Amino acid sequence: MAVSRGLRLAAWQLGRSFASMLGLALVAVIVVLALIGPWIVPYPDDVEGAVRLAGKLQPPSAAHWFGTDEVGNDVLTRTIIGARLSLLVGIGITLAAAAIGVPLGILAGTAGGRVREIIMRLTDLFLSVPGLVLAIALVAALGAGIVNAMIALVLVWWPGYVRLAESKALSIREEAYIEAARVAGAPRLRILWRHVLPNSISPIIVKMSMDIGQAILAVASLGFIGLGAKPPTPEWGAMISIARGYLPDWWWYAIFPGAFIYASVLGFNLLGDGLRDILDPRSNRG
Amino acid sequence: MLVYLLRRIALAGLMLFGLVCLTFAIANLAPSDPAALAAGPDAGRSQIEQVRREYGLDRPLPEQFLRYVSDLVQGEFGRSVATGRSVGRDLARYFPATLELCLVAMAFGMVAGISLGMLSALFKDRWLDHVTRIFAVSGIALPPFWFGLLLQLGFAAWLGWLPTSGRIGVSTDPGDPITGLLLVDSLLRGNGPLFVQCLSYIALPALVLSLPCLASILRVNRSEMVEALRADYITAARAHGVSRWRLVTVHALKNAMLPTLAIIGLRWGWMMSSTVLVETVFDWPGIGLYAVSSAIAGDFKPVMGVTLIIGLNFMLVNLIVDLLYGVLDPRLRHA
Repeated sequence: MAVSRGLRLAAWQLGRSFASMLGLALVAVIVVLALIGPWIVPYPDDVEGAVRLAGKLQPPSAAHWFGTDEVGNDVLTRTIIGARLSLLVGIGITLAAAAIGVPLGILAGTAGGRVREIIMRLTDLFLSVPGLVLAIALVAALGAGIVNAMIALVLVWWPGYVRLAESKALSIREEAYIEAARVAGAPRLRILWRHVLPNSISPIIVKMSMDIGQAILAVASLGFIGLGAKPPTPEWGAMISIARGYLPDWWWYAIFPGAFIYASVLGFNLLGDGLRDILDPRSNRG
Repeated sequence: MLVYLLRRIALAGLMLFGLVCLTFAIANLAPSDPAALAAGPDAGRSQIEQVRREYGLDRPLPEQFLRYVSDLVQGEFGRSVATGRSVGRDLARYFPATLELCLVAMAFGMVAGISLGMLSALFKDRWLDHVTRIFAVSGIALPPFWFGLLLQLGFAAWLGWLPTSGRIGVSTDPGDPITGLLLVDSLLRGNGPLFVQCLSYIALPALVLSLPCLASILRVNRSEMVEALRADYITAARAHGVSRWRLVTVHALKNAMLPTLAIIGLRWGWMMSSTVLVETVFDWPGIGLYAVSSAIAGDFKPVMGVTLIIGLNFMLVNLIVDLLYGVLDPRLRHA
């Protein structure tokens, strides 16, 4: 009862803000495209890179809404299929980073002492270099490609979650209900799982929502500079990287995939902003 | 104050050492063989072994690490495999271009971000506020490389107002570098036309680079100004008849500046790392483009060098911000 009332209140608050609804709508469109993409695209053969040189670099028309690329593939088809890949890697990177960072952060925040010292210094170290540069260094060491790009991004992404979970766990550790559970003889793991984690989950969810967008952008960035997905994989960043050579005359080829990156990052950011106002109103800044 | 200062500097030194360890770890934990990388793709087994001995890669890891550190202390970053040139010298050549780009972008981002944040707070919940907030969220979401291409398309290809890419015209001679920053050098020489030309080349990449920074400065400054304008001392100052302009620009802004300063420090590092994208789009001859072209060629040392330089920059700027904090906020000195 209380839960459903809370949910209704949250939904009402979310619905009241135009920015949050815009975010939700953008995310919904990307998710739907990712789910049903392969069944709705007009030219399914073009996903893996069919060659139709006769119809190359045609401007947008009724047959090809977003025009065609340098081997005659339909840009609309490849952009829609790109949504699936981008969403998958965005969610994958965020989940993996949270799965590494959150337990470490909660451990650091509740254990204290030397354990905390080691975890937090390691975290500071990774945060001392801007993520994108560190990711490029890692990809350079591991070799280019979409899987290595994902590994590199997870490796630079987890420390943010350690910081967040640690600061939440530190403040929760002092709460009376934790003291009560400890006095009642609850085992330590149970306290962490049942009391500390649920009470620190709101800001983590907010951060994850924002990070999916940022991870999509990061993967596209690596694809653009040639260290991520390799053509003919229909990845937005890699598509723009090739399309760049066909500017300014064949402008549609670069414009549409980029607009999709923009829309999905904007969607997740706006949604995260809206969720923060509801779930975590005290930290509403920056 | 002295204790605060010393403690902060010691911490920065420790972080720097950690960064050196981190780059060493990346270079050595990767599955690829550094000797094979250094010898190049066409090398035979005996050549690889020779390179291994030459670079000391057959020595135990702790010994290699000591050598790496002592080389770095002497400013020796190793050699590029692709060109055979010294990475330290390359970095010294490319860094001024990146520094110039980031300085111009940061200056623009600060001026525009602080003034828009101030206006937004003054007209809170009016249309100006809504417009600037939407602008701020989009500024963070725009892919910099795509925005750069759009600007090239609009301002260079279609309108023809600005050059597409590069730092200076191909046939223009910038003269011997004085500071390495072309805008400053041309002013020092009193060369007006060259200054205007450099400005036209730097305008688009600096605008792209500044946008995320501008957006987050705007957001922080707005929320801090809203808070500050609500404070009792503002009501008191108003009661004393202080003018509205002075109230906002002197009393409220001063108190909103501390968190804004922190975000500027953070953004400086991110800005330097975004140069890898922006410099690629605009063919800007800085360390970002250097890192990307080296990474694609599998040339490892330059990438590590750029990582170290950007990490060092990030640390230095955050150190400066922390020290400024100590100066501006007396409470911190005693904490």
